[in-house]
Amino acid sequence: MKTTVIQFPGSNCDMDAFHVVSSVLGQPSSLVWHTETALPPTDLVILPGGFSYGDHLRSGAIAARSPVMLEVKKHAQRGGLVLGICNGFQVLTESGLLEGALLRNENLHFLCKDVNLRVENSQTAFSSAYSQGQILRIPIAHGEGNFYADPETLSRLESENRVVFRYVGAVQDAEGNPNGSLNDIAGIVNTRGNVLGLMPHPERASEEILGSSDGLGVFESLVSTLAHG
Amino acid sequence: MSSDEQELRRAYRDAALEWENSSDAALWENTIADGIERGSWPQSTQTLEDLKPMTQIQTPTLRDRAQTFGLSLEEFDLVVDVMEREPNPLEAAIFGAMWSEHCGYKNSRPLFSRFPTTGPQVLQGPGENAGVVDIGDGFAVAFKMESHNHPSAVEPVQGAATGVGGILRDIFAMGARPFAVLDSLRFGDLSSARTRFLLHGEVEGIAMYGNAMGVATVGGEITFHPSFEENPLVNVMALGLMRHEDLAKGTMGEEGNQIYYVGSKTGRDGLGGAVFASADLSSDSAVDRPAVQVGDPFMEKLLLEATLEAIRAGLVAGVQDMGAAGLTSSTVEMAYRANLGVDLHLERVPMRETGMIPLELMLSESQERMILVPIPGMEQALEDLLAKYELDVVTIGEVAAHGRYKLYWHGELVGDMPVNALNEAPKYTREGVESEEIRAKREMNLSSVPIPENLEEVLLKLLSHPTIASKRPIFERFDHQVGANSVLLPGQADAAVMRIKGSSKGVAATSDCNPRFVYLDPYWGAASAVAEAARNLVCVGAKPLAITDNLNFGNPHRPDVYYQLERSVQGIADACLALGTPVTGGNVSLYNQYVEAGRTVAIHPTPTIGMVGVLEDISKRATMGFKRDGDVILLIGENSSELGASQYLETIHGLEAGQVPRLGLDYERDNQFAVRSLIAIGWCDTAHDCSDGGLAVALSEMCIAGNNGARVSFDPEAYSKAQSEEFKQDVTYYARADLLEDETVIRADALLFGEAQSRFVVAVKAEDINYVLSWLRVYMVAPYQVIGRVGGETLELDLDRHELKLSWSLEQLREAFEKPLLEAMA
Repeated sequence: MKTTVIQFPGSNCDMDAFHVVSSVLGQPSSLVWHTETALPPTDLVILPGGFSYGDHLRSGAIAARSPVMLEVKKHAQRGGLVLGICNGFQVLTESGLLEGALLRNENLHFLCKDVNLRVENSQTAFSSAYSQGQILRIPIAHGEGNFYADPETLSRLESENRVVFRYVGAVQDAEGNPNGSLNDIAGIVNTRGNVLGLMPHPERASEEILGSSDGLGVFESLVSTLAHG
Repeated sequence: MSSDEQELRRAYRDAALEWENSSDAALWENTIADGIERGSWPQSTQTLEDLKPMTQIQTPTLRDRAQTFGLSLEEFDLVVDVMEREPNPLEAAIFGAMWSEHCGYKNSRPLFSRFPTTGPQVLQGPGENAGVVDIGDGFAVAFKMESHNHPSAVEPVQGAATGVGGILRDIFAMGARPFAVLDSLRFGDLSSARTRFLLHGEVEGIAMYGNAMGVATVGGEITFHPSFEENPLVNVMALGLMRHEDLAKGTMGEEGNQIYYVGSKTGRDGLGGAVFASADLSSDSAVDRPAVQVGDPFMEKLLLEATLEAIRAGLVAGVQDMGAAGLTSSTVEMAYRANLGVDLHLERVPMRETGMIPLELMLSESQERMILVPIPGMEQALEDLLAKYELDVVTIGEVAAHGRYKLYWHGELVGDMPVNALNEAPKYTREGVESEEIRAKREMNLSSVPIPENLEEVLLKLLSHPTIASKRPIFERFDHQVGANSVLLPGQADAAVMRIKGSSKGVAATSDCNPRFVYLDPYWGAASAVAEAARNLVCVGAKPLAITDNLNFGNPHRPDVYYQLERSVQGIADACLALGTPVTGGNVSLYNQYVEAGRTVAIHPTPTIGMVGVLEDISKRATMGFKRDGDVILLIGENSSELGASQYLETIHGLEAGQVPRLGLDYERDNQFAVRSLIAIGWCDTAHDCSDGGLAVALSEMCIAGNNGARVSFDPEAYSKAQSEEFKQDVTYYARADLLEDETVIRADALLFGEAQSRFVVAVKAEDINYVLSWLRVYMVAPYQVIGRVGGETLELDLDRHELKLSWSLEQLREAFEKPLLEAMA
């Protein structure tokens, strides 16, 4: 799986994603600076977490308009895989590759903690390594992860089965939504199924020594999807 | 912005403009010649009333106004001696800043010679931007702790944020990538509105800066005591990881080198901050707000990446950040280390505001500014690299052989000082005298303190004291995982542990101080802070390597305060020597006191100890939570009847009194070695030290963290009698009674809540217990005893000889422990 991690000024989870793909999974990976106007041959583009451009204007707003994003959009149009994590998810909604928007957390505070995610759709390129309904323990770290979409978009996301990860409580019926996201949405894919954005950080939960490897499945799904076409 | 502040800023501007307009060459030469023409300059520590006359030209002598520059009359005369003429206002202000406590350590440096500063692990000792220790495999860790107390007292959000920014620059200026931050925060009473304001503000500031920088905030300590009500403490410790070969220095290199100014433009924020930090906090401090810097983590993130890339590419001869006294201290110190001089052209300094004057440029503490000195021939490569990160760079001067600090303004020499004199601040050794009031408190007889009827309630009260209670609601505001290195998260263990990618090693870090101990006995209190820091590292399985210290005290001109400073330094020095952890640097924050209606309230003396350790094999580590039903609980170390200086006395009896618990440094080392060995062998993955609240609180924390109950008995015989047949078979009791005090003479409250030093609670698997006990008996000198077993939904303490059986449900413990800060942060 040839992977390209995009680096914007202010990205700070770029090396974490790079580490998982290159060191943990041993896949060929490269880093590309935001001013580049061409991508190396690549199967997967990762938009990493962080505070691109200092979150100035709006989280992800400036990054979404940086030169390299034109190439990322072309890559997506060609059917190439794009994974946006945290700030990367914000960049995807700002650039129109995904619907909806990420507002400030309901409690208006940055929040860093483990959350429980339920795999709502194990049929995507990003989730095939999981079983339907599997519960994952993966950390979040964001101040603006409160997913919002207008009612029509929201019902379309649900009816088209494009909500891939949803926040759930530790026990049945317990409150699991950390930020006020509509429908407890933590991650969605586009209609074509090749662009995924999620607020939680699978790259921080891909090695047992860090407390959980539940997130590795996202990257393993992609590897096997590419292997088996 | 308050109207006061606006008025103050206008006053600054008017004064500045007037100077600018009239500062033609003739006037400048004139100024240098007799140094008198100009009025004194608006200093951030002055009030509006002082400021108004300054917008007019005055003629009293400069010496009369020495204090305006942070110089005493004696110091001013000393300046005249070394200059062989009277300085002009600019020069006087520069001497004032360089000789301030913050930069010149004039009161504390004479004491530092007592610190052990060397060891095979020390790659860089005191004197650089940060200390550096070797952790093996070619890796090294740069670390340092710094205070931002006064700014945070005035403007908590920016004060704390720029505290983080400043220490991070110190770390990457050494060539290390910052990968962990610990915050040591001290507040007044949590119930007071001011404390809530400061707590919320500082937490927001640390989160705002650290999260955006992508440096994990992995630990620290947060304590509450009335003595910090007006003057809170913000001590920030940062660690950075590097390869040995990337070690950089803050030097000018060689003659002819260019001096690059990189980063943010210079504004009037933080004007005179070094002087500000070295003055009493007064009720006028609100108008000091311009002395508080404003942080921009985005700019700092670009500086971080660019600086590290430049160092790794071998483009720079020297690097330093502009911290306290900004452009002045950074360039003076770099010239001093290179034993050279500099010529600076101040009109080239990028300015954020119009009409700025040399003095403002020299003393501004605007954030996110670095000095880079390119290796000759590498200038273009460095400029290209900086351009990639969209960073402005200006050549503000050259390195010269003349050994002088020469300042030019539009071609005119406006300042000319010997570099050495600027760096060699006068040293003051004062007479310390212990306060009678404190001595009396320490020597108070505690035998009359009544033992409360309901000891179960006492434990819940202690667990819900904000100093002891869970800090989770605060740590959740900080990104403690970015970087994917955090192996042990806040609250899981006694110290933070970071893994080293591509190595089996780990790095552990902690920051500790018990101000109540230091207040009652500066020597033993400070020594205990070092011992506790080491204890915390040992509890995760790390070998302590070295410390950085942050000495927070009151006004050293007061004999009682100087006594606390001097005795604390001695205590740290002796403990570091005994425990083999040299001092690699630190920071001093004096004048932490608040003047109110003429009465001076000094903070409790707080020498915060930041300690770093290494785990050779990170897979062998321990956390505090009880993990498995049936694990056997051991106490390493002795219980004692000591009650003095305990959180229990303060919280339950309103008493801040008594002798601090005695500390035997050899005994301490032996106990630490036993625990560290148990973990290293792989017998023990559960360890916790006894500190605030004593053994009962330690056991509660282990139950809460592991969501497991425990049955504990403090009486060996009663204990073995109480055991099930099955347990009797797998445990033979080996406790060395000769080393144990007889529980009957220990008061129940001292046994439960006393803070006797050098004690650890550990848990081992039942199947290993016989090996563990034999090994402890044969190979270790540390005293130990089996005190119980893990399991159940309750914590049960059996004080057999007191005929007391105490019991708490996990729910009770958790509620008391979790609630206070959840409510405070809501």
